[in-house]
Amino acid sequence: MLVTNELHAYYGKSHVLRGVSMEVRAGEIVSLVGRNGVGRSTLCKSVMGLVPPVGDVHFDGRRVTGQAPHRIAHLGIGYVPEDRAIFPGLSVAENLELGVKRRGNGGRWGYRDVFNRFPRLEERRDTPAEALSGGEQQMLTMARTLMGNPRCIMVDEPTEGLAPRVVAELADLLKEIAADGIAVLLVEQKLSIAKQISHRMYVMGDGRIVFDGTPSQLEDSPDVRKEWLEV
Amino acid sequence: MLETITFSLLNGLLYGMLLFMLSSGLTLIFGMMGVLNFAHASFYMLGAYFAYTMGLYTGFWVALFLAPIAVGLIGAAVERFGLRQVHQYGHVPELLFTFGLAYVVEELVRLFWGNTPMNYRVPEALDFPLFSLFGTNYPAFRVFVLVVAVSMFVGLYLLLKRTRAGLIIQASLSRPDMVSALGHNVPQVFMWVFAFGTGLAALGGVVGGIQLVTEPGMAFMMGPIVFVVVVVGGLGSIQGALIASILIGVLQTFALSVDWSLANLGMVFGYAVPPESFFATIWYMDSTRIAPMLPYLLLVLMLIFRPRGLMGKRES
Repeated sequence: MLVTNELHAYYGKSHVLRGVSMEVRAGEIVSLVGRNGVGRSTLCKSVMGLVPPVGDVHFDGRRVTGQAPHRIAHLGIGYVPEDRAIFPGLSVAENLELGVKRRGNGGRWGYRDVFNRFPRLEERRDTPAEALSGGEQQMLTMARTLMGNPRCIMVDEPTEGLAPRVVAELADLLKEIAADGIAVLLVEQKLSIAKQISHRMYVMGDGRIVFDGTPSQLEDSPDVRKEWLEV
Repeated sequence: MLETITFSLLNGLLYGMLLFMLSSGLTLIFGMMGVLNFAHASFYMLGAYFAYTMGLYTGFWVALFLAPIAVGLIGAAVERFGLRQVHQYGHVPELLFTFGLAYVVEELVRLFWGNTPMNYRVPEALDFPLFSLFGTNYPAFRVFVLVVAVSMFVGLYLLLKRTRAGLIIQASLSRPDMVSALGHNVPQVFMWVFAFGTGLAALGGVVGGIQLVTEPGMAFMMGPIVFVVVVVGGLGSIQGALIASILIGVLQTFALSVDWSLANLGMVFGYAVPPESFFATIWYMDSTRIAPMLPYLLLVLMLIFRPRGLMGKRES
């Protein structure tokens, strides 16, 4: 569903992505792991059009490279950024409202579905978003992106700074989303969670994909883990 | 005394409402989009001139609607083809761009309409005394100004708090990247916000041009004070802008009408300041001469002691 082919991206003069080719299929959870600063977040941003990419991004067989972010969102790619990016000053309900797209409503996720799935957000619907706990904020951004009913969702470091109980909840949510046939690209620092829920894993190093395989294949490649993952 | 106070309050309120009309658009543009639009008062001036010229053909009431729309469209073009290109280099180039634009607009106005003030007058339908107080007539047009300003406030408040466009604007303040990733066309929203803000300034001009004066220097006369209103009120706060406008309007009108000085204060406490003493200039400086300074003094003090303004959410 989402394919990148020889994707390059630059921040000023630094060459962050050096030819990334990867694929996420419908209903699949694919994790992107690697040390900090290898370009995992940049990959999400350049797919989304937030960082100008060079190369090919295909979605549903259409080339979407370099289109404006709002167009890419309307095609069906959802993005949950690393720093959560709730909108402060707006209530929980208003944050969710901004996830709704003008066209293409009537998908799996409406207000009722979101509030059924996240009862805590319904309880706090009129609370300013910045007053929520870290875990609640993460659920809010996930729910907000789901309100747009994406067919592919990129989730960047969702478990950072969250309590183990919330991490487990989040893992369940991602499995549910994938079971609905949505393609999930998970950028993750915690290897244990990534291995537990992913169908396939990519290891990134130096702006390239250095490993591509199943969690058990990664388990059997101590050299990859040693060179690209362990600190 | 009661007469002076009543009229100072009424006139202060009126001046404050004019200030609000001028600055409410800037609250959107500077307070929310972060664009230091030095040319904001130029759109106010264009509003007055457009309304005057259109009014010659269509009458005041049609011009009241058409002039702000025309100026708003010019504002949209300025954003789309000017500011958007400059924006990528940061806020200082934006300021410089609008600084230049303000001078260009002034010179264009001189070219088309000349240097002398326009004969832009109160429309006939509003040219009558509405009521009389202490034997002095109060003109209906001034009440009309008040009504327009209050409707502007209510309209803006509802737009920001009750519509989806308002939500997008508020969210774009903190995270434009995320708003666009959710499928909203942020640059387009910014263009319309800028157009709307300049249209509001023009509406202020349609009315203010009559109440004050319509001449090529009017933009530079009002230019700095609208920034005072926006900063004192608090960035991005419409309620704050309203309160700050009225505060500045009343403060300045009172200072002009009461003719007081620090020496009077001395008298209250039984101290007569000797006229030949060293600081006599300061003691005997009457409030009418301090009046023009007051808004800027307020700005300076506000930035030192309460940088987020009366009702702002973030620091300027």
